[in-house]
Order: sequence, then C-alpha cells, then structure tokens
Amino acid sequence: MFMRLFTSAIFAGALAGLVGGILQLGFVQPVLLMAELYETGQLVHFGAEPEAISISYAGIDLTRDLWSLAFSILIYCGYGLMLVALIGIASEQSLISSRPGLRHGIVWGVAGFVALHLAPSFGLAPEVPGVASADLEARQIWWFATTLATSVALWLFAFARTRLMIALGVILLLAPHIIGAPTVSQFRGPVPPEIASIFASRVLGVGLMAWVVLGATASYIFSRFSPSH
Amino acid sequence: MKTNYFTATTLSQNDVSSNLSSRLVTYVAVMLLGVSILAVAGHAQTPTLHGAAHDTRHATGFPCH
Repeated sequence: MFMRLFTSAIFAGALAGLVGGILQLGFVQPVLLMAELYETGQLVHFGAEPEAISISYAGIDLTRDLWSLAFSILIYCGYGLMLVALIGIASEQSLISSRPGLRHGIVWGVAGFVALHLAPSFGLAPEVPGVASADLEARQIWWFATTLATSVALWLFAFARTRLMIALGVILLLAPHIIGAPTVSQFRGPVPPEIASIFASRVLGVGLMAWVVLGATASYIFSRFSPSH
Repeated sequence: MKTNYFTATTLSQNDVSSNLSSRLVTYVAVMLLGVSILAVAGHAQTPTLHGAAHDTRHATGFPCH
C-alpha cells in the first residue's frame, strides 16, 4: 500500500512540479525579475527617470532557474504525498471508488488548489519581491492554519453526512478570514501595483494548472495499482 | 495478504483492527512526509534554502520574507 501511495505521489509530483515550474519560468519569473529592479532601487516608481513599461521574457539564468524547477518539483511531490494519503483514506473508507481515475483526480486537484493556494491567497496575496508585508512568522502560522482549516472544510463538504458537520465546514472555511491575516502597518512597498497584481494573478493561474496535473496524474496512477499494493 | 491464511471464522477482531491500524499508520506517515517536504522546501528559513527556493516560494504564493 505504501508503494501505491508513494509511487502515485512522486510521479505525479514530479510531472506537476515540472509543468508548474516551466509555466513559472515563462510567465511568473519575468514579472518577479522586474519587481526586483524596483526592490533593489534600480528602477524607482514615480522616480525622475522614465520607467520600463513592458514585462518581457528575461532570458535564462541557468543556476537560478534550475533551483526553481527543483524546488517546484519538490513542493509538488510534498503536495502529492498529502493528496494521495487523503485519496487513499477516502478510498479505504468507501467514500470514493477504490479506482477514482483521472477525471475524479481533476476534482481532487482543484480542491487542493483551493485549500493550499486560493484560500491563503484570499488573506495573503502572493507577494512579489519588494512589497510591504507583515511579520514572517505570523504569516506562516496563518498560512498553515488556513490551509488546514480549508482542507478539513472541503473534506466535510464532500463527505460529511450531517448538517451539523456541513455547518462546521462553513465555519472552518470562513474563520481564518474573519480572524484575518496578519497585516502591514503601512503601505510602503516600492513595487508598482500593476506589477504586483499581474504577479498575484499569474501565480494563482499557474498554481491551478499545476494542481490539476497533480490531481489527475496522482489519481490515475493510484487507480492503476490494485488496492492491495 | 495476511487475511488469505485465515478462514472467516478464525479471523479475529484483533487481526482486523491491527490490519486497519497499520494501514492508518501508513496514511499518516505518507501525510507527514508530504507536510515535512512542504515545510522544508517551502517555509524553512535557513539562508541557503531560502536563496535556492526564493523564486519558487514567491511563485507558489508562500510567505517568503
């Protein structure tokens, strides 16, 4: 059984991390590099010098980009292990088929995206380098708490049988946002809002695509094993 | 599989629950492995890790610095 879970997670994580990493390098990295020009003061928003006004492909920095790909794969392997553990438990408890297949995997992937990317981004927008942000430790605690609460909420929406448990799901979904994410004391980031906003939306878009690949692939491979493995 | 060696009448409640609990341990272990990778690759703040993972952390929406 361990091999079934592990193989599904690692193969799917490697593929999703590769897809996400390549999309990141193509669509997110140019925005990030431009933001760093503002972060380091090479460009100044509303400064005396005219600013660059287009975000273009920035070329390859081999070492830096390979590290990015490697960490993308590593992170999606981590996501994959968490996802297949949950698919395995749901399958074992007969909440879903023992062979959920590729299509159901897409739903699992979207749920993972909502729990681990969309929900925390609702309070802590994906940060481009150089934006003002609150205390790191407080943000990490809020991030982990929000992903956990949202994951439990989605599980309850999918599988709970009583209204009380559904209501508990709604509370868990909303609580992190009613409590609120750690906030900055003042808006003083040097990066133009146009760059920060396109960065945030591209991060979410790439995340959704990678998560769909992860869910579909993990569930597909999981379903190819016989349940006793 | 272990249950192949038992008939339905000799398979005791203990065998069923130990099988279940060992499976549960596997699920928890796989889950914890995933969370650990996420914590180290995505959130740990040692300078080397932070430097190498910097762009991906930003591009995944993690709190970075």
